[in-house]
Amino acid sequence: MRLEATSPRYGEKAIFGLLAACAALSVAVTVAIVVSLVGPTLEFFRDVPIGDFLFGTEFTPLFANPEFGVLPIVVGTLNVTLWALLVAIPVGIGTAIYLSEYASRRARKVIKPTIEVLAGIPTVAFGFFALYTITPLLQDVWPAFLGDPPTVFSAGSAGIAIGILIVPIIASISEDAMSAVPQGLREGAYALGATRMRVALRVVVPAALSGIVASIVLGISRAVGETMVVLIAAGSTPNLTLNPGESVQAMTAFIGTTATGDVPTGSIEYKTIFAVGTLLFVITLIMNTISIRLVRRYREVYE
Amino acid sequence: MSLGTRRTQPAIAGATAATIASLERQPGADVWKGRAFKGVLLAGVGLALLGLVALIADSLVEGAPRLGLDLVFSKGSSDPTKAGLLPALLGSIYIMGGVVLLTVPLGLGAAIYLEEYADKTRWWNRLVELNIQNLAAVPSIVYGILGLAFIVRGPADLGFILAAGAITLALLVLPTVILASREAIRAVPDSIRQGSLALGATQWQTIRRQILPASIPGIVTGVILAISRAIGETAPLLLVGATVFVTFNPDFFGADGYTALPVQIFQWVTRPQDEFRVLAAAAIVVMLILLLAMNSFAIWLRNRYEQRW
Repeated sequence: MRLEATSPRYGEKAIFGLLAACAALSVAVTVAIVVSLVGPTLEFFRDVPIGDFLFGTEFTPLFANPEFGVLPIVVGTLNVTLWALLVAIPVGIGTAIYLSEYASRRARKVIKPTIEVLAGIPTVAFGFFALYTITPLLQDVWPAFLGDPPTVFSAGSAGIAIGILIVPIIASISEDAMSAVPQGLREGAYALGATRMRVALRVVVPAALSGIVASIVLGISRAVGETMVVLIAAGSTPNLTLNPGESVQAMTAFIGTTATGDVPTGSIEYKTIFAVGTLLFVITLIMNTISIRLVRRYREVYE
Repeated sequence: MSLGTRRTQPAIAGATAATIASLERQPGADVWKGRAFKGVLLAGVGLALLGLVALIADSLVEGAPRLGLDLVFSKGSSDPTKAGLLPALLGSIYIMGGVVLLTVPLGLGAAIYLEEYADKTRWWNRLVELNIQNLAAVPSIVYGILGLAFIVRGPADLGFILAAGAITLALLVLPTVILASREAIRAVPDSIRQGSLALGATQWQTIRRQILPASIPGIVTGVILAISRAIGETAPLLLVGATVFVTFNPDFFGADGYTALPVQIFQWVTRPQDEFRVLAAAAIVVMLILLLAMNSFAIWLRNRYEQRW
């Protein structure tokens, strides 16, 4: 005997269709992002050779004699990201190791949500913090042998603020990876007489490495895509330098400042926003894909 | 120590003591290294917490002179001693409303589809999943570009109105809502589904009457977290027109422009005068209070309605 529905259940099918459409909408959003980026970008490359864009060292799209070499703002982004990672990697991974290997249950219960609060603070607040707290602090403690102290707008102070901003991302994904390491591995190491530090550094960290790397890659993607902090604290001078004391312009900051000015639709300045946006989208897409892959890998090993 | 007979007890105790003694004699270098390492870890944790405390304390100290109900209920003004947050606050509240109206049905629908209907072995379903994960990590300014090219201009052609900002932010937090709702739905045990289906309920009846009621606390928590992210987002709003100097209360479809809390703060931060810096700090405190209230409400909700199966 076959079990069948007593009626065709058209309502059920309609609901299925509606729900599938909701899921499909997310794909439509991606398509819309790509379409809105690609159209003006192609038009942009009709006016500016792609080689000049990618490898030119002058970026002055708003000047009378515009130059469209994107390198200065790419390096500006890199400059800020570098200092952010210098802060976020040690602090984030240190926090993750502490929470997963050292902290008592009670300490964990307090520290974890407190650090998560950091993730919920709006980035304008971090921009304010960078401009009015970190920059003056850096100017005070700047050692003379490093050259001139930071200017009002500096890549370094924006970088430090972004570093604090991405600590929760790195800490929480790394900690997930570390707590996925089976207890048996730790106990085996302890049985062989390993100290707590050796267990953490030689057993847990290597076993969770793909997750830790994934967290760093995602952190880089966030730092590259961060807008408000660089807009407020890093300045708006396209500057081909890795010096933390100088003012730089990041890719996102260029998009932010240019789009808020009155740029006429269809002008070359308008299209430049999209060309830079496409570059930003591609960079972060690659980073995100790598990170998602790595996270999947450690999940598959231990489940 | 109660192992063994009376005769063997001393022997066992001796062996235990010897073992403990030999295990405790760790190389001195290891002991010091271990302590130093723990110190380094604690310094890391301390630094992260210090960053948080410094940020909050700093805004409080800087903004103290302007903090008060006066700030919250005054309209915008070019005079920093009179300017208030009301238009920005209302703008943010309107945007929140729009975000909730759009993301809850769409996000929930997508989550139900992916958890209850989708066959995970099909490539299109895997594509949708991967796509949502990727969308969750797309920089917010790219959503701003999308809003500018698709909603403000382009196909939708709404112009620089508040609704355009709300739609842009809704798209931005949609992946967050979907991911959180999926978690909540996944937490409902399979036996509930099977019980319902075995009693003759259709799949939708099972979802509506069993799964959704059981997963609502988780979904609401996810939605609140998504909204609190939307409150703080500034970059995309800059691109879809929330930069106009506003001294009046906003209108959802009004063409005169609008502003929102973080955008207002951004405008004040970027002015060189000290009075505006104080104003910005005070506004940051107001925004942080709002966010903390929402986050604590989400956490309270999660704890209050957490279900153990």
